[in-house]
Amino acid sequence: MGNIENSIREVAEKLLSEKKVDLIIGYEQGTLPLRTTPCFVDKAEDVKKLVWNPSCDANLSKYVLGRKGKVGVVAKGCDARLIAVCAIENQFPRENVVIIGIPCLGVIDRKKLEAKLGDKEILEAMVEDEQIKVKGERFELALPKKDFLCDSCLTCKHRNPPIYDVFVGEKVPENTEANEFAEVSDLEAKSPEERWKHFKEELSKCIRCYACRNVCPLCYCKMCFVDQTMPAWFGKTNDLSDTMIYHIVRTFHVAGRCVDCGACSRACPMDINLRELMKKTEKIMKERYGYEAGVSLEKVPPLGEFKMDDPQEFIK
Amino acid sequence: MKWKVIEKSELPVLIGELTKEYEVFAPVKEKGMVSFERISSGNQAYLNFRNTKKPLKEVFFPQTETLFTYKTGEKDVEVVESRAVKGERVVLGVRPCDAKSFVLLDRFFSSGEYKDVYYLEKRKNTTMVGLACNHPMSTCFCTSLGGSPFGKEGMDLLLQNINDKYLIETATEKGEELIKKFPWLKDAEKADIERAKKLSEDAEKAVKSKVSVKDISEKLDKMFDDSFWDQIYQKCLGCGICTFLCPTCYCFDILDEETEEGKRVRIWDSCQFPCFTLQGSGYNPRPSGKERMRQRIMHKFNYGVKNYGENFCVGCGRCVQECPVNLDIREVIGAINQKGG
Repeated sequence: MGNIENSIREVAEKLLSEKKVDLIIGYEQGTLPLRTTPCFVDKAEDVKKLVWNPSCDANLSKYVLGRKGKVGVVAKGCDARLIAVCAIENQFPRENVVIIGIPCLGVIDRKKLEAKLGDKEILEAMVEDEQIKVKGERFELALPKKDFLCDSCLTCKHRNPPIYDVFVGEKVPENTEANEFAEVSDLEAKSPEERWKHFKEELSKCIRCYACRNVCPLCYCKMCFVDQTMPAWFGKTNDLSDTMIYHIVRTFHVAGRCVDCGACSRACPMDINLRELMKKTEKIMKERYGYEAGVSLEKVPPLGEFKMDDPQEFIK
Repeated sequence: MKWKVIEKSELPVLIGELTKEYEVFAPVKEKGMVSFERISSGNQAYLNFRNTKKPLKEVFFPQTETLFTYKTGEKDVEVVESRAVKGERVVLGVRPCDAKSFVLLDRFFSSGEYKDVYYLEKRKNTTMVGLACNHPMSTCFCTSLGGSPFGKEGMDLLLQNINDKYLIETATEKGEELIKKFPWLKDAEKADIERAKKLSEDAEKAVKSKVSVKDISEKLDKMFDDSFWDQIYQKCLGCGICTFLCPTCYCFDILDEETEEGKRVRIWDSCQFPCFTLQGSGYNPRPSGKERMRQRIMHKFNYGVKNYGENFCVGCGRCVQECPVNLDIREVIGAINQKGG
C-alpha cells in the first residue's frame, strides 16, 4: 500500500512539474477514521498530501466533468471505467485526462462496520494487510477486511483499470470466481409481489437528497428530469410514488453505462441499496448486447449513441 | 419538586401511559437505523442510541406537508384547510442539540409578518422530553455553539441516564404539567442529582471536538467575494445531505400537486440545489457550487446571527458524519478563522 502511495506521489509530481497536467485529483486523509477526502493538487510540492488506502472510496471521475485544462486522476478500476464512459459520451476529450491507474482490492464499506459495531463509535482505525483494527471507548477489535468491503467490490471484475495512461504498482489477479450477478438472481427469484414489497421498503426511506445522483459521474445532465419545472415531469415530494419514479427513471438513464462502482449506495445517508436495480440493467446489457461499459473506448454504447445533429439540446 | 426519578424498567410503563393520552414520538430502531417515529406502546421507544440519523425537525416540519387541498368549481375554488395537528403531542428522547435547534427554528417560523401556523401549532401542542448525552460522539461539537450534552434549552423535561434510573429534571411549566400526571414518580434523592451533575461534567469534557465561532459573522462580512470560496467548495457534490439532515435548515419550496383534487404541498428544499435560486428568466444568481456552498455557510454563521441573533448550527455533527466526500464543516469554520484572521 505504502509503495502505491509513494508511486502516486511520484507520478503526480512528475506530471505537474513537466506540465503534462494542470491538476491532480486524488485522495487525502480525511477528518474521521477510515475516511479519505478528494484532494486537488496543482503544485508539485503538495503531492505529499496524496494518500492511497482502502478508504479511498470516492469516485473521482465525477470531478473531471466540467473541468477545463488537463487533469491527472487517481483511478481505481471503476473510476477509470467511468472516465472512459464519460469520454465516449463526449463529456470531455479523452486526451485531457491522464488516468493514473491503481490496482484495487476493494474499498471499505463503513456502513457494514457501523452495522457490526452498533452504537460503538470508531475513534481510531488502521488497516493492516487483511485486517481492520478499530478502537473506541472501551473496545478494540481486529476485523477481517474481507467482511467489510463494499458489495460492489466483492464481485468486481476489473480490479486493474482496463484503461489507463500510467499504471501504478503491480497488477493484481482478477476475481474470476465471484458471481457478479448473484444479487440479481436473488431479486429475480422473488415473486413480483415480493419484489414490489422489497422496493417499497427500500425506497420509502429515500429523503430526495439526490446524493446518489450527484455522486454519480454518469449524472451529468445540465438539468435533471426531476428538477424540470416547465413542465414538471415528476413530483418532488418524498411520497413513495414520486420517490420511486425518480429512482426508476434514474436507473433507466444509467442503464448500459453504470459500471457498479457502488458510489450511490455508499453515499446514501438512508442506507438504501441503490445498486440492486442498476445491477439488473447491467446484466441485461451483458446478456442482450454482450456489452460491458467502460472497458473500451471504441465500442459505441448500445444505448448511448450520440449524433451531432441530435435535435435534443438538453443532452449536450 | 423539580427533580423526579424513574427506574429504567418503569419507563416503558410511563411511555405506555403517555400514548393513551398523547401522540407520542420517540426514537425507534429499525433495521439498524434509529429515527423518531410515532409509537403506540412503551416498548417501542429505543433510548440506547447515540443520535438519530435524521434530526427531529421532520416531526414539526415534515419533508412533505399538505398545506391545503382545493377543488376547482365552475365559478370559484373551494379551499379545504388540512392542518394536521389534532391532539397534544409528546416527543421523547430528544438530544440537547436537536432541542436547541427548535429555539432557532422557532425564531424563523414565528418572525416577520406571517407566522407559520403549520409549524407553530405543532410546537405549541408538543411537550419536549429530552435525553441528556452521557457519551457524546467524536463528531459532536455542541459546546462550541452554546450547547451542552446536558443542555435544557428547548426542552420541557430532561431525562438523565444515571445507571439504573433516569433522573427527570423539569425545565418549564409545560414539563411540570406533564409530570403532574404521574404522581407515582418518586422524588429524586440528593445522591441522584449529584450523580447526574458528575455525569454532566464528564460529558461536557468528553466533547473534544471544538470550533471557534467567535466573531465569525464579522469575519464572513469581509469574505463574501474572497477567493477562499473557489477552493473550499471544490469537492462538494451539491447533494442535499448536509441541509436535509441539518436540524436547523428550514428552507422549503411550495408546489401545487394536481391530482383529482388539487393539493398545495410544501417540501424541504436545499440551497445546495441549483433550482433553489433558478429564476423564471433562466438566470441563476448562484450558478455554481461555489455560490451555493457560500450561501449555506453564510446562512449558518452570518445571516443567522444578523437576523435571529445566533449561529444556525447546533454542532450535532450529522453533516460531518454523512457527507459522502468528508467535507467537514468544522474544517470550513477553521479555514474561515484562518482566513479572516
